[in-house]
Amino acid sequence: MSTTTEKARGPRKAGTAPSPATGGSRGRKPSMGVQNAAGWLFSTPFLVLFTVFMAFPILATLVMSFTDFGLRNVTRPWEANFIGFENYVNLFGDEKFLKSLFNTGYFVVVGVPLTIGIGLVVAVLLNNGIDRARTFFRVGFYAPVVTTIVAVAVVWRFVLDPSDGLIAGLFSEVGWTAPDFLGSETLAMPSLIVMAVWRNVGTVMVLFIAGLQAIPTEVREAAKLDGASVWQEFRGITVPLLRPTLLYATVITTIGYLNVFEEPFVMTQGGPSDSTLTVSLNMYREGFNFFHMGYASAMAYVLFVVIMGITVLQLRLLKDNTK
Amino acid sequence: MSATSGNAAVEPLKSDAPPTPPKNNGGTTNDRKNNGGKKNNGGQRNVSRRLVYVLLSLGLLVMSAPFLWMGLSAFKTQSELSASPPVWIPTEWTLENFRQLLDKLDLPLYFMNSVIVAVLVTVSNLVFCSMLGYALAKLNFVGRNKVFGLVLGALMVPGNLMLLPLFVLMSKLQLIDSYAGLVLPFAAGAFGVFLMRQFMQSIPDELLEAARMDGASEWYIFWRIVMPLVKPALATLSIFTFLGSWNNFVWPLIATNDPDKYTLPVALATFATDPNKAGGSNGMLMAGAFLIVLPVLVVFIALQRHFTQGIATAGMK
Repeated sequence: MSTTTEKARGPRKAGTAPSPATGGSRGRKPSMGVQNAAGWLFSTPFLVLFTVFMAFPILATLVMSFTDFGLRNVTRPWEANFIGFENYVNLFGDEKFLKSLFNTGYFVVVGVPLTIGIGLVVAVLLNNGIDRARTFFRVGFYAPVVTTIVAVAVVWRFVLDPSDGLIAGLFSEVGWTAPDFLGSETLAMPSLIVMAVWRNVGTVMVLFIAGLQAIPTEVREAAKLDGASVWQEFRGITVPLLRPTLLYATVITTIGYLNVFEEPFVMTQGGPSDSTLTVSLNMYREGFNFFHMGYASAMAYVLFVVIMGITVLQLRLLKDNTK
Repeated sequence: MSATSGNAAVEPLKSDAPPTPPKNNGGTTNDRKNNGGKKNNGGQRNVSRRLVYVLLSLGLLVMSAPFLWMGLSAFKTQSELSASPPVWIPTEWTLENFRQLLDKLDLPLYFMNSVIVAVLVTVSNLVFCSMLGYALAKLNFVGRNKVFGLVLGALMVPGNLMLLPLFVLMSKLQLIDSYAGLVLPFAAGAFGVFLMRQFMQSIPDELLEAARMDGASEWYIFWRIVMPLVKPALATLSIFTFLGSWNNFVWPLIATNDPDKYTLPVALATFATDPNKAGGSNGMLMAGAFLIVLPVLVVFIALQRHFTQGIATAGMK
């Protein structure tokens, strides 16, 4: 399973099966109680941090979403009023929220297939087509992933600038005028998607390369001998055997895109006319600009339910296809 | 999948050196290539290989274009920056954008804030995630599976879900605008636990049993035996955590009001989105982006192997 951890494997000789943890070695009985105590002591720091800064806030968001938690409650949380499902009911009559939901869906529906598709193509090309400069290409495609998204978004804003940006320059070389990408209601979201694809293709590529490396070469060898074409080999062997990786990559990319925040925050501030207002940006504004924290909490939970639903659906769909 | 076939498949990625001798029935990647060359379709293969290089190079050009544009624009003069159609390469390289930016923004301060927060987050993750990773991988304690389930659950919860109460909590604790407020929510991440557990599972139990029989305490075993053995994993985790913190934006944006506590991304975003920024030009923004992105790129290129290893390990499950 963990083929990439040879270094950590250290002293163990390849092929030696790890002895089961419950193996009946001597001295086990006295160490049992010690291990129990030690196990909890070693877990405690994480569990304390987890409880205070994650579990508690997650539950608190749920509770807040049923209240009219506002600015004054930041200092006096207990004075917030319980209002039942009012926030949730209001959300679905709120055009702005529905628009942000639609925008986020648009971003995911267009962005995820593009990211996965391009990532897969690059990985296959890197894995089969070339042997020299492989690291060079891999580094190049992965570089955008590690860079600070705020800085990169600032750069892209300038790249897309209709008068003095990079794209404008390319357009003028062939005698066209560049449209105002980020200022146009129809082009702003596609522009953000292009940037997101540019930024995330590297992650998907690395996952697919790892997946491709794990396919035993014997299988391909056999297909070759049977006279399979490159395409047949890809359809018949690479894609099916890559399915677990495909599943993982699709799920994490979808989750990431459903949470999209920085790109619209820095590049468009949600505009023009809310055409790039995403759920996360909407939630941030309602919560931290207007201090409608109860309402924003309800948004956070709607988004969470959507994420869980889509993730479960993806797991089902992709699992079923295997059989 | 057996460990041996896995090794054979991974090996060619690491270097162009000949792969491990094909001890099992199958051939390796190189064998296949040689066979292909001997067949008549060798010529066709060459053409397609050249096509692959062309495609990849074009892709790489697109991928690096924004970085090149940033790097070039940061050194352009004001007139070249606003020229329409744009100037590709500055005729007269200037540091004016950097000088103006440093006048406007206290970048050394934000840089230090980013470094302090990232170092604290990294160190605490190394310690706490390793501890729990060790417990989950090597200690047989009651409730272990429940704790592991918690970690997996934590991996899946989106950060948005806790921002609002976290802000309220930090306000109550008076930790807004403090390093503690910036660090604590990220002091121990589920990803780190998962990564460390994956690596520590491969340490042979016999080694730990031997130490236990010699009377070593669990802490000694963890600190003196296990930790040195997982140095590659610690390196991977350090890089990921440091960069994650360096690039983090949403929480520092929320947890800081006082500009003296801004981290670099918050300072740059605040500058970039300020509707009445007095004279903040594209050149200054490119200079700022350049200063934030350059160290990250350099570190990444120097340590790129650890990145791919970390991603691949996380994706194994």
